[in-house]
Amino acid sequence: MQNSKKNKDKILFFYLPLTLMISFTVFPIYWTLMTALKSEGDILKRPLEYVPLAPTLENFVMAWNNVGFATYFKNSLIVGVSTVLIVVVLSTLSGYALSRYKFKGKRSFLLMLLCTQFIPRSMMIIPLFVIFKNLGLISNPLSLIITYAAIEIPFTTVLMNGFISNVPRELEEAAMMDGCNRLQAIRFVVFPLLLPGIVATAVFTFIYTWNEFLIALMLTNQQSKFTLPVGLSYMMGEFNVNYGALAAGSIIALIPAVILFSYAQKHLVNGMGGAVKG
Amino acid sequence: MHVQGDVDLPVKNPSKTKKMKKRKMEKWIPYLFILPSFLIIVSFLFYPIGTVFYYSLQYYDISAPYYNKFAGLDHFKRIFTEDDLFLPSLFNSFKWVVSQVGLQLILGMILALLLNQTFKFRGFVRAVAFIPWAISGVLASVMWSLMYNEHMGVINDLLMRMGIISTPQAWLSDTTTAFIGVVIAEVWRGIPFFAITLLAALQSIPEELYEAARVDGAGRWKSYIHITLPQLKNTIVLTTLLRTIWEFNNVDLLFNLTGGGPAHSTTTLTMYIAEQAVHGSNFGYGSALTVVTFGILFLFAIIYLKASRFEREGD
Repeated sequence: MQNSKKNKDKILFFYLPLTLMISFTVFPIYWTLMTALKSEGDILKRPLEYVPLAPTLENFVMAWNNVGFATYFKNSLIVGVSTVLIVVVLSTLSGYALSRYKFKGKRSFLLMLLCTQFIPRSMMIIPLFVIFKNLGLISNPLSLIITYAAIEIPFTTVLMNGFISNVPRELEEAAMMDGCNRLQAIRFVVFPLLLPGIVATAVFTFIYTWNEFLIALMLTNQQSKFTLPVGLSYMMGEFNVNYGALAAGSIIALIPAVILFSYAQKHLVNGMGGAVKG
Repeated sequence: MHVQGDVDLPVKNPSKTKKMKKRKMEKWIPYLFILPSFLIIVSFLFYPIGTVFYYSLQYYDISAPYYNKFAGLDHFKRIFTEDDLFLPSLFNSFKWVVSQVGLQLILGMILALLLNQTFKFRGFVRAVAFIPWAISGVLASVMWSLMYNEHMGVINDLLMRMGIISTPQAWLSDTTTAFIGVVIAEVWRGIPFFAITLLAALQSIPEELYEAARVDGAGRWKSYIHITLPQLKNTIVLTTLLRTIWEFNNVDLLFNLTGGGPAHSTTTLTMYIAEQAVHGSNFGYGSALTVVTFGILFLFAIIYLKASRFEREGD
């Protein structure tokens, strides 16, 4: 008797809500994938097919070759990888300084990093446009790379500071004793131990650049330089929307972010805990 | 190395000067290390923000640069007295932020509590539940626009099958449903942020607290109110504040799903600014709007932190 009540409780208060939440999460992704796998005629057919009866990859071919997703993908990749490289190097250096040294202005620097978190991103689009127009860098990936790096570095610096503080100081002191200079000690002793932290930082940064829309929209006005979000948005706004190709393009844009995220999400739960509390 | 030939060095111990020299160098190392980050942050975050304040006092139109001149407070006067869109947009921003942060917090909390239980395939279920966190606003817009679509949308199909509606609706071009439509799509994307941060905080609550409560005969609900919530307070205050600022600024879904329409029913203040910046060329006025928006957010953040006594109780 009691056991069956316990089971009922578990179903009502655990399995049922969990199933509902997961269905709510998964369904939009499922529906996009199914739309991408249907031919143009099947997408509009009534009654709706919840599982395509004649699945096809023609939308993916179309999106990649004819609509421009190959270009958007390449542009997003260039911006993402370059930003990650800059952010990882610079935030490792500044995180190292914060973690290993006491110096005048350290508190001010930390305060400055904190302040950046409260800067509304939408405030920046007009002045950034003016700055990069004057520099002649509109529609140049460099403008996005610099801006994204500036936006990400404050957070990743704090993140790296935490990761570096976890590496025992004695290890690099021993290396310096053995004749390494400081940069060599960082390169050969600290860096390998930091690798998991660096991967988390890199994934964070990459997903941000991969997904950012408003700044990319503002700083790009040539279709050949669009990143994926700008390209998707452009396609959505067209008069005759090709829904199949749009859905396929979305799935293409989705895959790298989701793979990286699934890989790093454990670090995220741990890292977030530290970041939010600290 | 060169010390070898230094006969007339006044110091007895040559290695000491070397050490002192090295220490002097060491003093500069932290500054050297933070310099690149500092420069990039100042040049591309703080400097642009500074120029917004400058432009807000100028007539500054990139399509008609010959009219550019000092404007004084003209833009601000116009915002508060003549602009028919300002107050409705501010009200929409308020609706947007309250519904987003409220719903995301409640649903995120439920999800975090569920995922904190032990069950089979927990790791996998967690990964799946967090996926929307990695999905961009534009992608979410595409996904939900496919579902809301009047002709091929699955939402119309499901509701008609259930007999709730009899004819297909154009959810996003109807002034009564457009706003709530975008809200649902953005909530979908925002739940994992709260679920992730709250789950992290839940995991740091010591198990003994719950055991003690169980000994005292407290049920699940009671121990949630008296143990879990107080322990999560700082996380909730901080995440809701960050999320408020974030959602206030977030226009990705509004821009792509409704474009602020129909009839400006989904135009928030930030959407208004984005429209001015992307489609218009009157940067002076857009900057003034930005400054006002910044002021509102700043005021809110201070009041919020004071009211929630975050600092005093923060560890």
